Amino acid sequence: MLTVKQIDKNYEGRPLLRAVNFEVASDETVCLLGASGSGKSTLLRIIAGLEAAESGEILWDDWILSDTPAHQRNFGLMFQDYALFPHRTVAENIAFGLRMQNRPKDEIKAKVHAALETINMAGFADRKVTELSGGEQQRVALARALAPEPRLLMLDEPLGALDRALREQLSHELRRILRETGIPAIYVTHDQEEAFAIADRLLLLHDGVILQSGPPHEFFRHPRNAWVAGFFGLGNLVAGTVTGLEPLTLTTPLGLIEAHSDNPPPQVGEKKTLLFRPGDALPVTNPAVNAISGIVIDQVFQGENYRLTLKVNDDVPSFEIFTKEPAAIGAEIKISFNPNDVLCLNQGESHDLIA
Amino acid sequence: MTSQTRPARRWIKSPTWRAILFWVVPAAFLGFFFYQPLLALFRLLVSPDWGFSLVELDWRDLWEPLKFTLFQATLSTLLTLMVGIPGAWLFSHFTFPGKKTLKLLTTLPFILPTVVVAAGFNALLGPRGWVNLGLMALVNLDTPPVQFLNTFGAILVAHVFYNSTIIIRVVSNAWSRQDIRLGQAARVLGASPWCAFREVTLPLLWPSILAGTLLVFLFNFTSFGVILMLGGPQFTTLEVDIYIQALHLLNLPLASILSILQLVCTLGITVIHNRLSTRDELPQTHRSQTIPPRRPTHGWERLVVVILIVTLFTLLVSPLAALAFRSVVKLDPDRGERGDIQQGFTLQYYRELWVNRTGSLFYVAPIEAAKNSLVFALITIALTMVLGLLVAYALRQKTALNQVLDPLMMLPLGASAITLGLGFILFFNRPPFSNFTFPILLPIAHSLVALPFVVRTLAPALQSIPQSLRNAARVLGASPLRVWWEVDLPLMAPSLLVSAIFALTISLGEFGATTFLTRPEYPTLPIAIYRYISQPGALNYGQALAMSTLLMLVCAGGILIMDHFRMPGKDLF
Repeated sequence: MLTVKQIDKNYEGRPLLRAVNFEVASDETVCLLGASGSGKSTLLRIIAGLEAAESGEILWDDWILSDTPAHQRNFGLMFQDYALFPHRTVAENIAFGLRMQNRPKDEIKAKVHAALETINMAGFADRKVTELSGGEQQRVALARALAPEPRLLMLDEPLGALDRALREQLSHELRRILRETGIPAIYVTHDQEEAFAIADRLLLLHDGVILQSGPPHEFFRHPRNAWVAGFFGLGNLVAGTVTGLEPLTLTTPLGLIEAHSDNPPPQVGEKKTLLFRPGDALPVTNPAVNAISGIVIDQVFQGENYRLTLKVNDDVPSFEIFTKEPAAIGAEIKISFNPNDVLCLNQGESHDLIA
Repeated sequence: MTSQTRPARRWIKSPTWRAILFWVVPAAFLGFFFYQPLLALFRLLVSPDWGFSLVELDWRDLWEPLKFTLFQATLSTLLTLMVGIPGAWLFSHFTFPGKKTLKLLTTLPFILPTVVVAAGFNALLGPRGWVNLGLMALVNLDTPPVQFLNTFGAILVAHVFYNSTIIIRVVSNAWSRQDIRLGQAARVLGASPWCAFREVTLPLLWPSILAGTLLVFLFNFTSFGVILMLGGPQFTTLEVDIYIQALHLLNLPLASILSILQLVCTLGITVIHNRLSTRDELPQTHRSQTIPPRRPTHGWERLVVVILIVTLFTLLVSPLAALAFRSVVKLDPDRGERGDIQQGFTLQYYRELWVNRTGSLFYVAPIEAAKNSLVFALITIALTMVLGLLVAYALRQKTALNQVLDPLMMLPLGASAITLGLGFILFFNRPPFSNFTFPILLPIAHSLVALPFVVRTLAPALQSIPQSLRNAARVLGASPLRVWWEVDLPLMAPSLLVSAIFALTISLGEFGATTFLTRPEYPTLPIAIYRYISQPGALNYGQALAMSTLLMLVCAGGILIMDHFRMPGKDLF
């Protein structure tokens, strides 16, 4: 089991990673999600031993790795640009790690052959890696990282350089291979969909801190704060101030709103952010709680439904909802939200925050 | 536990300390073998032993050679531009049969030793060359009608041969990279073709033209072998004057003043060149659109292209072909049999290389000179490879130290070989050093000349290896030494080969410093060629040409190997 303990890292004098803690259990694929520049790749390089942290420790079970050089850790790392050796063939690239372990020649040959089968590239052994397509290079890089049977596999944006169709196909393949081998893995990406497709568990890294960790669906149901909700684009975020607790009521630019909170009960007067998911909007027939009315300023057909953009007032110039029926631009629409569907969140940062 | 071991590792990992580790040996080498001899030049002026003061100095002794040096360099450079710019236009705009061959030929002058070029022009236009012998046979003359050797024209032609390819390479590269839409934009905005050329194309080409011109001027300014072997005694440039004053007239103080003057001039030119080449790099705003070279279409275009191709082929090929053919053809009367000319194919000149004829001014057979050259060249290769790799790794470290040490390492490029040779005899030909050490000093001098080229080949190759490849190897279990062996070395192999060939050809052909440091019992090939070609007698002449031909073939082979291994998309130079 990998343990990352209190890792601090500075980059050009500024903190890049701050007290990062997490664990990767055997058999688990952990996805490290974050915007570019959030320090994901650096974290991988620290775990791999290619870079030293300012403080903190990396442990494998009880073994402290801080003084173990990269080549003695037996962690696999698949690089963003694949880093295939251009002067070696496909087979030689895959054999590299096995050669470094001084395995017997026959065994290397057999393992390389098996690895090529796994990635469906049996006929490519003697090809130059420079002649391969992006997707083929990606698969060879994966095979090369897996061949020496590493304790842990790290993948740094492995699909980043590929086009969309190929990404989907390869992400399925990756999932299959990771499941088959059973190697614990850390998968770094900035793409949510990719992360959801691959991860058993997700770590959201922002500003050098892990904001939230858990299975993907939890990020949707229970985002830890408004920034997380904004990052995943969960819906409309509206700021408000708590005025009542039973039921939880806030004053907002939309008026008085009744909401629901997962967190410890807020205090009266606290500033919070409310999340309204577009799909939770209900048509209003008679005056009800959480009624909102706005003028339709934009409408996009999305197959299943229509995405309407409403202008509620000057403080909330755009508010998105999904409806089954189309609406005319300029028409006034009334909707409401069930108080249990309106999530009261800590403000976090002002990412995508309305008002 | 970890906190105790880390500070020590940090210390090693600091780029400045690593740079210092890599720099130690090359810096010591340069300091001892380059900067000390250079200082010796200056020290001589203030040394009381020579009883020499600047008051006694006749300023005309400095001004006259300087004036002629500037004059010939300027004129040579202008003529070179007149061949080079049209050549650049040809290469950047057109495809034609034989383009690859011609392009390969244009790389030859870069590494051909001066003695070979001089011998080539001698074999073509000299008194015993093809043209004169042909005319004599044709019109039945007793004396050679074409007086080419020992003329100013010979110097100019040889300089054009050497340097027009520099202009062609530098300018055609810039020209073919130029965005055609810029010219088209000017046309659409109402400029005539000539006006568009003057207002857009030329200003954008200007930096590369200027940079190439200065480089050519520098080479012409420091030209030594060509002046000595083709110009003859009446043409005295600074380089030749240093050589004459030091080795013939034994006036070391004047030689060292001339050397310092030379050094100041060349450094000045180098500094200006560096300034220009960094300042004038205009950023290209967007992905530029270039046109691939095409076949010439209409009448006059075809005519001009054909004329250019023929001119360049003639200029580049004729002296070398003349040399090669002349070395295997007997055209002179046998010894003591005047008038009765034996004609025909012969390998006699080559066989004679193994013979040490009595009466020859030489103490050894010519083949010994070839062996010496080879030994010196191998030592030079070994020295420059080791030093070059160390410097390349030092330059890879991100530290301010490199900004100081890098120019100091490139300085031998600006100092002429003659200055280096003079510094060597001043500094090393006295206790604790002696005459005896001179054979060892030769490859060291050659290494100093070759090192900047080697570093400029190896350093970019090293920089171009992505760090991720090394990281990949490390993560896959390769120790640092293994990483070097498995990643760095194989990826640098082509560049190592190219720089080894550079070192080889530079050492084999080096003439300037060698004239100072050579000893009669250890002549090198260029020294032997120089001596043989100025001796009377068909045999001496033939042997000189044979040796030159061998040297040329080695260089041509080197070019072919380099061309084969050069990195795709990158030019040879």
